[in-house]
Amino acid sequence: MTQSTLPAAPEFVEPAQEWGRLDARMIVVRPLNELLGLLPLLFALVVVGNVETWRVVIGVGTVGLIVAYGLLSWLTTKYRITDTQVELHKGVLFRQRRAIPRDRIRTVDLTAKLGHRLFGLAAVRVGTGQQERTPGEGVLLDAVTATEADRLRQVFLHRPAVAEAVQEVEETPISRLDNRWYRYAPLSLSGLLSIAVMVGFGMNLANELDFEFSDVAVVRQVFGWLTHADWTAVIPVAAALVLVLSVLASLVAYLLQNHAYRLTRHADGTLRVRRGLLTTRSVSIEEQRLRGVALHEPLLLRAGRGARLTAVSTGLNRQANSSLLLPPAPRPEADRVTAAVLRVPTAPTTARLRPHPPQARTRRLIRAVLPAVALTAALLTLTLTAAWPEWLWITSTALIPLSVLIGLDRYRNLGHTLTDRYLVTRSGSLDRRTIALRRTGIVGWKITRTLFQRRAGLLSITAITAAGNGGYTVPDIAEPDGLALADTAVPDLLRQFLTP
Amino acid sequence: MRAPANLVSKRAIIQWTLQAVIGWAVVVVGQGLVVLLADAPPGWLRVTLAVSAVVGVVHVLVMPRWRYRVHRWETTGDAVFTRSGWINEEWRLAPVSRIQTVDTARGPLQQLLKLATVTVTTASAQGPVKIAGLDEDVAARIVDELAATTQATPGDAT
Repeated sequence: MTQSTLPAAPEFVEPAQEWGRLDARMIVVRPLNELLGLLPLLFALVVVGNVETWRVVIGVGTVGLIVAYGLLSWLTTKYRITDTQVELHKGVLFRQRRAIPRDRIRTVDLTAKLGHRLFGLAAVRVGTGQQERTPGEGVLLDAVTATEADRLRQVFLHRPAVAEAVQEVEETPISRLDNRWYRYAPLSLSGLLSIAVMVGFGMNLANELDFEFSDVAVVRQVFGWLTHADWTAVIPVAAALVLVLSVLASLVAYLLQNHAYRLTRHADGTLRVRRGLLTTRSVSIEEQRLRGVALHEPLLLRAGRGARLTAVSTGLNRQANSSLLLPPAPRPEADRVTAAVLRVPTAPTTARLRPHPPQARTRRLIRAVLPAVALTAALLTLTLTAAWPEWLWITSTALIPLSVLIGLDRYRNLGHTLTDRYLVTRSGSLDRRTIALRRTGIVGWKITRTLFQRRAGLLSITAITAAGNGGYTVPDIAEPDGLALADTAVPDLLRQFLTP
Repeated sequence: MRAPANLVSKRAIIQWTLQAVIGWAVVVVGQGLVVLLADAPPGWLRVTLAVSAVVGVVHVLVMPRWRYRVHRWETTGDAVFTRSGWINEEWRLAPVSRIQTVDTARGPLQQLLKLATVTVTTASAQGPVKIAGLDEDVAARIVDELAATTQATPGDAT
């Protein structure tokens, strides 16, 4: 090399920055976000509840505390970016000082809640390669101006970039929201769940406020009808009502979360997912850190030929859905996005999977049916000994054939294969997941053999990885197949321990 | 697949036995005190007491010896290979190039018996590879060896 004869060039060092504060508008925005969440409660307090002095005092006190906390946390939070690390000091009661080496930053997640957006702000969450066991372990700057957030993203993800210049790098679109995808929204159970949450919240609120439902004429009428009408009429009406509400709720949820969804690839080697109606998120994933994808096909979504895609990457915050690559969408679109994201001609998740031995079916069936049988037996015993109503155990017998079907489906879905660069494994029935994990991203193996598995000649082999869940399992594979799989997937690791 | 080459220390049997004895003693003595001292102990408590006493004795007698036969470990130039468990076996294999930290830990019982546990962490959230019940000197040697090879490997092991 000729370089040795030249004088060493001075290393380029970004000027160590002064300590920065979060945007001053956060004094208002943080309480605003909190208050937006409390709005229904406050409304109920003032309008519906019997206005007593202590309620008003508590209400005003709460608002005051929230505002004061917003001010204090703004005063106590400061950050700076030096040439080697990101430092964050924060905490009102418990002072925290955190420093993250910049070369450990893997992902940057920009989130703007409604309150943020009114003021053009965004919260920046920085993910490192370390697994975050508890939320809030990474660095969260909540919040800075949207331009500052964008600048930080650039600074964090391409190291040598000059801190000041904000030039948008070239981007290639991979996928964007198609309005027809809304038909997949009702196929997730999110609607049902949000109804349950809302009902629970409403009940709780009513309870807190000593609100009597029987005071409202509509509710009285409904209850009157419920008690007098025949149950053959009540059940279909109730079912239809729940169905309609859950479809509406799931559509709203899809709109809120996935409005203006866009997946793009950027010239600086990152993938970016942008989505959201009120709360907008923009998650940047360093492609170099992507270890694969997970294709989620819950039972209903699968029945509608839809799928959801998440990234298997190091440094993604698992709590807050950061890893979503594609919201519920048609399966062919999911496959296309998979291939594009992983830069392969055909998606590994479409590869033909090898089935597992029949012993695995027996195990799946036993594991699915046993709980149902046990439940029925327990209810039957209680009927006989403790005079529980008979219909309980009779209805629970219906679970047994259902569990058989689930067991069979679980077996049918089991499969694994190796492609050139990926280990593919699929399992589950109610929540079927197909994982494509880059073979070079495997950092070890875990093999479990329970007593029953040893007798059936099976084992479960888990590919350990730094990304995503930390490990992805191929359950109940025949012993020789499992060992061969591990040996082929990562050459020269397991070989030395195989008996010749 | 062959088992890892090395057994753990024979004193690990004593450690596992003591641990099990202490655990079961709490359960059995707790129930026994209620049966003896309460004014009208419920009838089923005698049954659960008898059952936990029998299960406890069987567990204390069987588990440590079974474990001793299962727990094995081996380190080569490029991998750490362990087997643990008793009814359910867990085999772990970690390439040395992906190891992040190696350390030893010794609980009070282990200090008494001059034993140590070696913990090998990788970047994964699946938990570290642990070799429990090693002789202190052996554990120290493993840590030194692995630390030396790990430091010689570049990269951030993800």
